[in-house]
Amino acid sequence: MVGHPGKRNSASAAKDRLKLVLIHDRTNLPPGVMDDLRDELIEVISRHIDVDRDQVSIEIAQDGRDSRLLADIPLQSSGTRRRHR
Amino acid sequence: MTGKVITITSGKGGVGKTTATANISAGLAALNHKVVCIDADIGLRNLDVILGLENRIVYDLVDVVEGRCKLRQAMIRDKRLPELYLIPAAQTRDKSALSPSDMIKVANELKKEMDYIVIDSPAGIERGFRNAIAPADEVVIITNPEVSAVRDADRIIGLVEAEEKGPAKLIINRINVDMVESGDMLDSEDVLELLAIKLIGLVPEDQNVIVSSNRGVPIVMENNSKAGKAFQNIAKRIAGENVPFMEFNSDSGFLGKISKMIRPGGN
Repeated sequence: MVGHPGKRNSASAAKDRLKLVLIHDRTNLPPGVMDDLRDELIEVISRHIDVDRDQVSIEIAQDGRDSRLLADIPLQSSGTRRRHR
Repeated sequence: MTGKVITITSGKGGVGKTTATANISAGLAALNHKVVCIDADIGLRNLDVILGLENRIVYDLVDVVEGRCKLRQAMIRDKRLPELYLIPAAQTRDKSALSPSDMIKVANELKKEMDYIVIDSPAGIERGFRNAIAPADEVVIITNPEVSAVRDADRIIGLVEAEEKGPAKLIINRINVDMVESGDMLDSEDVLELLAIKLIGLVPEDQNVIVSSNRGVPIVMENNSKAGKAFQNIAKRIAGENVPFMEFNSDSGFLGKISKMIRPGGN
């Protein structure tokens, strides 16, 4: 298609909103549960290895109609390693 | 002969299921297939008025299931097309008057003599929907390019998959070309990317749909309307023909004029 003069209008808002809504509908995961999941994952993993807590990202990615949980969990570099407990 | 059962469903009400059922059925009949359409919306009968057959109803689907008439007696023949029949819904009953196994029984009987059995599903995800998809060989989901209709379509796609009736195919109905061009309506690519299922039809918004429903003449019978052509193309695709998708441009806009010059009478 040639030139979309008003493409960044309400249609793109609709698409962005739907993307998120459909992820949560399909996985039956309310947005708040993702935060809990994130915290629990960090807790379990940091029992074994030091994790850079602020940089952890957990998201659900769509591949066609399939969903997958993607976790990006950076580790504390050895220079800044600090002990928990 | 063994016919194919196609169920038209949507989740959300008012997106055009009944119009699609009437026009796909009439479109298939116009291609010389033997077609029966079934109104599975018990209690909210409407396929009869869209087809203009409301004055000819004697028996309905529930009469068949409860043994008050033979299947043949509930089949109203549309005299405008060689082989199009309607089995109307009961108007004074509710969804619980039918079960999924009743629908399978009726469909199996019809498969022996018809090429296509097209079922108009009620809105919702409850009993009526379950009845309508129980006998389906293929499920067609209809949606509009709006947030609520797309969301509900996604839910239905999931339910159809869970019932092992998938993969469903998609019709995007009531596309307003001017709004798409100005960026205020989801375009078909957006909707397909979100729902991730196979497309079987794109239908532009067309005032002729209301006009034809006022008259009780399916719009596929009126050659010059855009929506009529779109539904006829869907019927051809269901029948296995490889028909390219229409490109929509507003006739008044710059793109519309250019595309008309390049492809006169295209569609």
